[in-house]
Amino acid sequence: MENKKKIELYRSMLLIRHFEEKLTELCRIERKLPGMVILCTGQEAVAAGTCAALEKDDVIISNHRSHGHLLAKGAEPNTVMAEIFGKKTGCNKGKSGTLHIAVPEVNALCTTTVVGGGIPIAVGTAFAQQYKKRRQVTVCFFGNGAADEGSFHESLNMAALWNLPVIFVCENNVYSGAQRMEEHTKVKDIAARAAGYAMPGVVVDGNDAEAVFKATTEARLRCLAGEGPTLIECKTYRWRGHGEADHQAYQPKDEIARWMERCPVKKIERELLAAGAISNQEISELEESIAKIVEDAVRFAEESPWPAPLEALDDVYV
Amino acid sequence: MQQITMGQAVRQALAEEMQRDPNVFLAGEGIGVGIHESPVMPTFGLLREFGPDRVKDTPVSEAAIAGLAVGASVLGLRPVVEVMFNPFFTLASDQIVNHAAKLRYLSGGKSSFPMVVRVKTGAGFGAGCQHSHNLEAWAAHCPGLKVVMPGTAADAKGLLKSAIRDDNPVVFIEDMGLYFFPTPVPEGEYTIPIGVADIKRPGRDVTVVTWSKMLGVAFKAAAILSKEGIEVEILDLRTLLPLDKEAIITSLKKTGRLVILHEATRTGGFGGEIAALAVDEAFSYLKAPVKRVTGPDIPVPFSPPLEQFYIPDEHQLVEAVKSVVL
Ligand SMILES: Cc1ncc(C[n+]2csc(CCOP(=O)(O)OP(=O)(O)O)c2C)c(N)n1
Repeated sequence: MENKKKIELYRSMLLIRHFEEKLTELCRIERKLPGMVILCTGQEAVAAGTCAALEKDDVIISNHRSHGHLLAKGAEPNTVMAEIFGKKTGCNKGKSGTLHIAVPEVNALCTTTVVGGGIPIAVGTAFAQQYKKRRQVTVCFFGNGAADEGSFHESLNMAALWNLPVIFVCENNVYSGAQRMEEHTKVKDIAARAAGYAMPGVVVDGNDAEAVFKATTEARLRCLAGEGPTLIECKTYRWRGHGEADHQAYQPKDEIARWMERCPVKKIERELLAAGAISNQEISELEESIAKIVEDAVRFAEESPWPAPLEALDDVYV
Repeated sequence: MQQITMGQAVRQALAEEMQRDPNVFLAGEGIGVGIHESPVMPTFGLLREFGPDRVKDTPVSEAAIAGLAVGASVLGLRPVVEVMFNPFFTLASDQIVNHAAKLRYLSGGKSSFPMVVRVKTGAGFGAGCQHSHNLEAWAAHCPGLKVVMPGTAADAKGLLKSAIRDDNPVVFIEDMGLYFFPTPVPEGEYTIPIGVADIKRPGRDVTVVTWSKMLGVAFKAAAILSKEGIEVEILDLRTLLPLDKEAIITSLKKTGRLVILHEATRTGGFGGEIAALAVDEAFSYLKAPVKRVTGPDIPVPFSPPLEQFYIPDEHQLVEAVKSVVL
């Protein structure tokens, strides 16, 4: 991978990390953020690596753990933050909040909190891309838990049958709610299920952004060559609880510590330093500029007005 | 009397019925080990008490969870399965709507399906429309199901025990807004019959028919109206299906005025059914138009001021009551 591209990846991950850590901070302030806040801290390489392999016109479908996906696809931090705050200036005018943020401007067309709900929709967008003969693909992000829903199985079957240009990205962060993978399924790798639908199933290190990028790039080329879908399973780990209100009682402390040592952001940073592609000085400057983007986003959200109550009635129909 | 929350009352009902009948078992997502371990949650501690054979944490697979209940019940078990949030009822609904509700009928009355589907519901959590969506009218549109929606902890306990003992499939809907406030619950063994409404506050002027969390809103409005000389009768349906028509008509004979209050959206909501009943079977007693106070016809929005706008409050009810009295 070219150094320039790799620095882009690094930058993308840093933005997600800062964004999510800021939200953790804000969640500690009582009544600052409404609702349940669900973060992807520690999983940045999946979002960044996948989206770096996509073009702007490619579509992503996301799930409840969406902030990383959206930012990596190019969503504006200001309006995403304002949406999380529930403000009028939020990208969905406060209708959606943290859990279902849609950013059609960057083709992040659906974020659903219904586990598995996005997978059939990705089949639909990929169908439209194929139907209109566009050189575009759809990426669908979902968790290991979602692979237990019927929608996963129906969708993979149909997508494979019709050679649809869709990449199923299973973000396996070990947990589904409070259940460990071995408590909710007997398979060791979700990717193994691809064989049941005659599509390639690939396991990648989900903490290695470059590996994720490569796997996605290959899958995308297959899609564009008309060879149909791929299931990519990214093995990663959820540093935080399911949501910020979750005290992680069921997550062994040493397990969290072990995975934190395998920090995806530090990994790429080390590699860039070793290759002489970036200096420590440049790293601090980059961190500073990213921290400022996030600070600005919070300020934008805080200073934005609430939606007026009657605005609740808007946007139900076209 | 003990003071407990509705979540704790549900927990007592589950534990008592599991002790009483070894065929009762529980299944659902996170009902054993959850991400929010808290004594106010309805299945807290039951895994420890009854073990993993009877308290089954399941994969995220609503269709299979509901089907598990259908299949297990026809062979004599008494499953109580949980749907985490009302919108996920849609994923379980094939098994509940097309199977649980109809298989007895299809068997010519030979089989029965004694199962309970507990559904958590309600707006007010900033969780947005894919977690908050009251769909009780959907369930009530399915002959073959019973639909229970308690408004107090005491009712929840007695009704859930009846639901577990009932030989029909029962959809039992709990508003999570009631999980956090302790209210009086009788000590010891008791049940409350399904299909019987309850006058929670007698009054001569207007009948307010409501259920679930909106009962609290009705009480607040009644207190305000009472100061102005208007006495509201609050009729808590508790069960939507089978509907206690008798109780509604009896109250209307007395007051001649009807306001219906529910959190679910208006069009196609169960309030319409109550209004139709009043017009069909109590028309001659009515002295004023029937009014509804409901959620507006929108998905539940996320932003706090928008969500607050969605949820019906006592001021809307006061206005509606006054509009039929004055
Ligand atoms: C249909 C449905 N069932 C249950 C839930 C509750 N729920 C939210 S997230 C979650 C776990 C999902 O795990 P996974 O798909 O692995 O994603 P992760 O949270 O680990 O990123 C559950 C059960 C839901 N949102 N939707």
